[in-house]
Amino acid sequence: MTTVANAAAKPATKPATMAQALQRAMRDAMAEDPSVHVMGEDVGTLGGVFRVTDGLAKEFGEDRCTDTPLAEAGILGTAVGMAMYGLRPVVEMQFDAFAYPAFEQLLSHVAKMRNRTRGAMPLPIVVRVPYGGGIGGVEHHSDSSEAYYMATPGLHVVTPATVADAYGLLRAAIASDDPVVFLEPKRLYWSKAQWSPDAPDPVEPIGRAVVRRAGRGATLITYGPSLPVCLEAAEAAQAEGWDLEVVDLRSLVPFDDETVCASVRRTGRAIVVHESTGFGGPGGEIAARVTERCFHHLEAPVLRVAGFDIPYPPPMLERHHLPGVDRILDAVARLQWEAQS
Amino acid sequence: MTVQELPGAAPYRPTPPPAWKPRTDPAPLLPDPEPYRVLGTDAAAGFAPELLRRLYTELVRGRRYNTQATALTKQGRLAVYPSSTGQEACEVAAALALEDRDWLFPSYRDTLAAVARGLDPVQALTLLRGDWHTGYDPREHRVAPLSTPLATQLPHAVGLAHAARLKGDDVVALAMVGDGGTSEGDFHEALNFAAVWQAPVVFLVQNNGFAISVPLAKQTAAPSLAHKAVGYGMPGRLVDGNDAPAVHQVLSEAVARARRGGGPTLVEAVTYRIDAHTNADDATRYRGDGEVEAWRAHDPIRLLEREMTDRGLLDEDGVRQAAEDAETMAARLRERMNADARLDPMDLFAHVYAEQTAQLREQAAQLRAELDAEGDV
Repeated sequence: MTTVANAAAKPATKPATMAQALQRAMRDAMAEDPSVHVMGEDVGTLGGVFRVTDGLAKEFGEDRCTDTPLAEAGILGTAVGMAMYGLRPVVEMQFDAFAYPAFEQLLSHVAKMRNRTRGAMPLPIVVRVPYGGGIGGVEHHSDSSEAYYMATPGLHVVTPATVADAYGLLRAAIASDDPVVFLEPKRLYWSKAQWSPDAPDPVEPIGRAVVRRAGRGATLITYGPSLPVCLEAAEAAQAEGWDLEVVDLRSLVPFDDETVCASVRRTGRAIVVHESTGFGGPGGEIAARVTERCFHHLEAPVLRVAGFDIPYPPPMLERHHLPGVDRILDAVARLQWEAQS
Repeated sequence: MTVQELPGAAPYRPTPPPAWKPRTDPAPLLPDPEPYRVLGTDAAAGFAPELLRRLYTELVRGRRYNTQATALTKQGRLAVYPSSTGQEACEVAAALALEDRDWLFPSYRDTLAAVARGLDPVQALTLLRGDWHTGYDPREHRVAPLSTPLATQLPHAVGLAHAARLKGDDVVALAMVGDGGTSEGDFHEALNFAAVWQAPVVFLVQNNGFAISVPLAKQTAAPSLAHKAVGYGMPGRLVDGNDAPAVHQVLSEAVARARRGGGPTLVEAVTYRIDAHTNADDATRYRGDGEVEAWRAHDPIRLLEREMTDRGLLDEDGVRQAAEDAETMAARLRERMNADARLDPMDLFAHVYAEQTAQLREQAAQLRAELDAEGDV
């Protein structure tokens, strides 16, 4: 009886894309809180080049969802002033590599204002950045810029990998009193899942990783665009006799050592998977943290499967650069299984 | 032979382009050919004696503040001080042109403007003393943190003014920048956003001749910095930056214009940095004494003093009174700055995020343990 009643009360789910979930998150936040303002290039009339802000200008007016001049430092710089006056700007940077002109504002002001003023002037700003490759983009449209943001104290760095998380994490980011760099894996914008927009999952606080697939042999630690690849690799590995756990970090800053290390202590092996370059990329930090905390549980060195240390390739060559199932399986094979007996 | 000349071809008629007209008439936006002056002209008679007295008192205090702060660097009480000696008219007029509810966005050379606005001088000097970055709550006096990265505070002023207007608040932002700062991209972007949004902002460029060692000629080929306004569709005003009533008038007019919805104004105040860039700089490497002496003769305090004396608004008593008032301020500042700053190393972790991350809690515990160990020695 109970089961039936619950099923009846739960609103019907329907297929939704990550882009739609992100749009819905901004829409709901704007409806709840008049201080939430969306701004950026083409976010108004057009609804954004990825249509993530579709309909917001129409519903809330151009003062709430604003087409700005084409200048990223100006967009983020004026957002700082708006936040100083009590608004909660949600800024869209059109593409990863086009966010670079805003770095000075981000690094010198957005990240530092709370600390600089001893907490008197927090800046509740969300900087949405479509990032990563795999969509056949030409140069400057496929960068994985997360390491730059992670290296900047004062910023939160968040990236969803599922439709439900896209909604929940963006709501949490907008509600946060700290600045959040919200990295949207653009190749997952059109990924679909059954989702109920009228009863989304409760918003979880930023900073919690989640185990997406339980396994006992090794842990794949990943996030954003690489999660589906890791899940696919884990399925393929099953056929080879390797039972892989997959951890979706969701938040790079703050980093959830607890969930990651609990998994690695269970499995004894770990591989970090991301599109970003290996050298100086997030994987180095993650591998070091895991090694420092789980050394006596490790059966093999923590490996990294990352993008090569090269400028992002042209679209016709990008498949050679992006970590794929085979490269992950090759790494899994190198986890010193022979030592286990 | 061209196409239209081919035998039998229809005569070539170019399609007329869609109608074009300038979007803004540039003529009213152009600055005057000469910096606007009040002192020594008939315009001076139009100024209320109370305003002139107020400006005079503040200029004298401002000069003394500059010399005191510079002295504090020599005594090791300030890490560094970028002096605004010679530029006091701009600093003081910027503060006095604003209402209480308005916002000031100073650069690192503008502690005097912040102090003239009512900020506690010790709090204003926190950055330069080095015991923290910003020593005050910006909302208390509506003074943004002193900005060191050049021109980066200008878009903040635009955003704040824009937000205030969206909320229906009658608030104007005045942002200060130097001649060197006008070369930065943020200067351009801030002015462009301000004009597009018609934000209630006033940009005050203090053209003091040098960006550390680089003279204006190497900074820009513009007819004047005020002319840059025209390209954005906002008026540019040029004013003698050492003529306190003139700067006050021009800024007040720009503030009033912004307040009534007229949009932003760019004001270039032509002045001179009498001191080196900071106490750590050696100005003899890039400029001659003759130039400095010529500007000393055009000193903002002496200019105002002469005008007021001529008009019977200031006598020896008044001069002495202002000097004594400034001396009291300096003595108090000296006394307070001679007390050691209160430092708590644990503050380093307290304000990075609203809630400390697990990693920062670990690091804070490490520092705590190091401090405890030091204490045990």
